[in-house]
Amino acid sequence: MTSKKKRIKDNLITYGIVIALYIVMEILLKTGNLSSHLKGLLVPMTYYAIIAVALNLCVGILGELSIGHCGFMCIGAFASAIFSKLTADTLPDGIRLFIAFIIGIAVAALFGFLIGIPVLRLKGDYLAIVTLAFGEIIKNVINAVYMGVDSKGVHFSLNNVMDLGMEPDGQVIINGAMGITGTPRTANFTIAIVVLLLSLFVVLNLMNSRDGRAIMAVRDNSIAAEASGINVTGYKMMAFTISAAIAGAAGVLFSHNITSLTATSQYFGYNASIMILVYVVLGGIGNIRGSVIAAAILYLLPEMLRGLNTYRMLIYSIVLIVMMLFNWAPAAIEWREKVVNRFVKRNA
Amino acid sequence: MRKFKSVMSVVAATALFAGTLAGCGGSSNTSDAPATEESKAEETTEAAEGEAPAANSGATFKIGSIGPLTGGAAAYGNAVVNSVELAVAEINAAGGINGYQVEMKGEDDELNAEKSVNAYNSLKDWGMQFLVGATTSACSLAVSDYTHEDNMFQLTPSASAADCVSYDNVFRVCFSDPNQGLASAQYIAGHSLGTKIAVIYDSSDPYSSGVYQTFAQEAANQGLEIVSAEAFTADSKTDFSVQLQKAKDAEADLLFLPIYYTEASLILTQANTMGYAPTFFGVDGMDGILTVENFDTSLAEGLMLLTPFAADATDDLTVNYVKNYSDKYGETPNQFGADAYDAVYVIKQCLEEAGATPDMSVSDLCDVMKSTIVKITAKGLTSDVMTWDASGEPNKEPKAVVIQNGAYVSVE
Repeated sequence: MTSKKKRIKDNLITYGIVIALYIVMEILLKTGNLSSHLKGLLVPMTYYAIIAVALNLCVGILGELSIGHCGFMCIGAFASAIFSKLTADTLPDGIRLFIAFIIGIAVAALFGFLIGIPVLRLKGDYLAIVTLAFGEIIKNVINAVYMGVDSKGVHFSLNNVMDLGMEPDGQVIINGAMGITGTPRTANFTIAIVVLLLSLFVVLNLMNSRDGRAIMAVRDNSIAAEASGINVTGYKMMAFTISAAIAGAAGVLFSHNITSLTATSQYFGYNASIMILVYVVLGGIGNIRGSVIAAAILYLLPEMLRGLNTYRMLIYSIVLIVMMLFNWAPAAIEWREKVVNRFVKRNA
Repeated sequence: MRKFKSVMSVVAATALFAGTLAGCGGSSNTSDAPATEESKAEETTEAAEGEAPAANSGATFKIGSIGPLTGGAAAYGNAVVNSVELAVAEINAAGGINGYQVEMKGEDDELNAEKSVNAYNSLKDWGMQFLVGATTSACSLAVSDYTHEDNMFQLTPSASAADCVSYDNVFRVCFSDPNQGLASAQYIAGHSLGTKIAVIYDSSDPYSSGVYQTFAQEAANQGLEIVSAEAFTADSKTDFSVQLQKAKDAEADLLFLPIYYTEASLILTQANTMGYAPTFFGVDGMDGILTVENFDTSLAEGLMLLTPFAADATDDLTVNYVKNYSDKYGETPNQFGADAYDAVYVIKQCLEEAGATPDMSVSDLCDVMKSTIVKITAKGLTSDVMTWDASGEPNKEPKAVVIQNGAYVSVE
């Protein structure tokens, strides 16, 4: 099998898994066999898969460790939620959500670009620390911002709502730590899956393109890549911006799936970013399909363990360790290969 | 290796499907057969499991509760869920509601609105008919969107943000943030406790900044002068010397602290070290300050707070509740628990008033509750007289207490 055919087959398997999951879920949904608990998990599961894909582009393909990716998700979420809240009564749902996606993605990409300019001059651990700091800054800034809109235009304040000095007809959009409440809940599983497929399409095609090969060359040896005439900074910026844009799309889904959006550390702090990194590492760095599967399983796991109450935290951590060992410990890999070989031989 | 990877991905995908299918299994039979395995989960009260009278063929009222049971805010969620459990056990021991036993189940939301919605959906699968929750504002707000869609009756014990009760099926037991800020400003002005006021609040916490906002607005109307308003955030809540120094430099004679007691205890200690002794004034989050470990409670002497509940009140209801709670869970309950305890009894009173039965649909029960709760007058731990109007806000009197000799004393 030629490498091209193999690659296409590989990509098709990835899309196939997502589409199969979607079809199974839709059938269950339509026939009323899906518990409401699981129904509620579908959209979050999908946007975590999307941001895992985004982070894998940054960590696995570009080779730069980012531990502030939830910051981009936060930007996408707030930018789109502001738009949706402002136009809640004027635009029909579908068009509003579509424009919200464009805005969320564009703003996140813009920030990715701006952050990338200074940050991508750093390497390795330094980059990780700066992205970490960036994620925290975003969260803290949004927590401090008050924004309102009235007939005179947009008002900002960093102190409190009273300082906005709004007309009585004004509407407070961002209420400091209370965030944005009342964003129309328009995201659904179908839209989420379409966005996931689109981001998979973008990332997988990028990987197999001329640009993607250049990006991976930069990852493997930036000096050699530069010597062969590859614009290292340019390609780094490109990958980082695309990654931020996809994270922004995940943010749009996030803010349109929940009515109270707050920039707190549970969603956008470094713990959340590390959780996404766990999805990526566990699914395999550079393995996009793995990220999707790992994100889906690891998001569902603690929810499925609800019956165990507080023990689920403990079990979740143990499962993480076991999965990591099973996937990546040399002894475990050897043992797995032995088992597979025996299995294959018996069938042969 | 490549082959193995594809094998693994197929296995993983299968596991995923298997997991999801397993999750679906219980959904179809929860609504009318409460004796499924799920309903016997650990949080279900023992009384409900053991003593369900056979005459009712197992029909029970099902009350769900949501709160942060793990993490930094676990104290609040556990107080709520434990108190619901306690109230349900008491009701069952006394014969249930309209002769039907009551079951309860508490779910963890980790102070995360997203998880709170998951918890709600999971409770719905269990067959919940009434929600006592969610404990915190942001979570309750997110959940209320779903309860509204399902027309499920939601009575939140402690979600105080103004927007939390914007839907007609959501009511609350506690005061709203705006009410607390308003009442505090009016109380301070009405009793001339101070003229120059300093405020220290947590800008990263909706509760704290919500109270502060209305306090500041009302203070202006009442002729109070806010000479210093300093914020801190959840990431920097150990050292308050800067904020205190500013308050001291501005010669504030009253320090308003719309924050939780853990930080307040630090502020009191640090103010004492600085030799700064204004009147301290808190809101209901301050309740619990006397139980902080390693805190010199003599520093809290003269601290005033507006709170609906004081654990050392001497009326029979409070004494019983505090005794039973500490016997069962080994700690003194706080106002979150008291609100939740009241919430369960409010639901009971409404159901009895309307003569509702558990075989009614969730939506019908919600309609019954909505129309009944505005008619009843409840008496509970947090107020002797509580009434509701259709807006979802409770009408009750705020109680001001002052700490004297290490105990709350009511002031008039």
